[in-house]
Amino acid sequence: MKYLLCVLFLICQSSYALDARQLADPIQQENYETLTKELRCLVCQNQTIADSNAELAGDLRRQVYEMLEQGRSNAEIIQFMTDRYGDFVLYKPAFRGKTALLWLAPVVFLLLGLLIVYGFIRQKRQALNANIKDQQITLDSEKQKKIRRLLDKGDLS
Amino acid sequence: MLKYIIPLLLFIVLAVFLGLGLKLNPSEIPSPFINKPAPYFSAPKLNAPEEKLSPADLKGQVWLLNVWASWCVSCRGEHPVLNSLAQRNIVTIIGLNYKDDPVDADKWLATLGNPYNTSITDQEGRIGIDYGVYGVPETFVIDKQGLIRHKQTGPVSEQDIQNILLPLILKLQAES
Repeated sequence: MKYLLCVLFLICQSSYALDARQLADPIQQENYETLTKELRCLVCQNQTIADSNAELAGDLRRQVYEMLEQGRSNAEIIQFMTDRYGDFVLYKPAFRGKTALLWLAPVVFLLLGLLIVYGFIRQKRQALNANIKDQQITLDSEKQKKIRRLLDKGDLS
Repeated sequence: MLKYIIPLLLFIVLAVFLGLGLKLNPSEIPSPFINKPAPYFSAPKLNAPEEKLSPADLKGQVWLLNVWASWCVSCRGEHPVLNSLAQRNIVTIIGLNYKDDPVDADKWLATLGNPYNTSITDQEGRIGIDYGVYGVPETFVIDKQGLIRHKQTGPVSEQDIQNILLPLILKLQAES
């Protein structure tokens, strides 16, 4: 069992792409790691270029590395990639007219859900209130007197 | 009555969306290059590496840029279609030999025929990145001004030539 877990662990480890590069400046290295995790590999579309071993992902990692080495900023590199591959290359696309639906849809659905829940609760409560009123009307008559009597006498047990 | 209509409406809306989803091709990514100038390159020719070609050399004519490689399986399927287009002599076809070994590329053209007016080489895939290439073969249609007007990802079929490419090429050739 332990052996099996070890093997599984190793397999998971190796899913990280293999040509990790090292930049001299630790801040640049950090940028490299963030950027490669934000860019989508266009061949295997559900992987970042940091994860993917596709050839294109390797080329794009090289591109990011070289641009960082030339001292280009993260924003410039992101711009470079979107100019060529469109918003699709970004795991976190910028908020724009075209992508507004993508960003707003979850909020809209959440509000819609809350509205439905609110309506449902209100309906239930109204039904409950109506019920109580009905009961009060019947209580008004004989039962009311009976209760009063019992209360006046106090606890007889 | 309403009790039955609401679920039915919800079902119809869902069915329409899912139905549309079935028709979409998720691997087709819209190109940001449409109506933008073809990115610059100056690349060695496959058959004469000391000579270079750049998009500026092709200004004034409509041309196709076809990205291909000898390792690319779907390129093999596309190749006869390009050969037959080349025989009709309607449009200049430039090949971009993408991340390939020149020897293999030469062999490929020698055995399967050469539809390209010229092929240029991009062994490191840098021109590929500049053109947003992600799935070989890809075909760009570039107009007389040097603007990219159409891009197809994946192999071009005879049907694509008849229905999309030829009408577009003729229209672009009529432009001044």
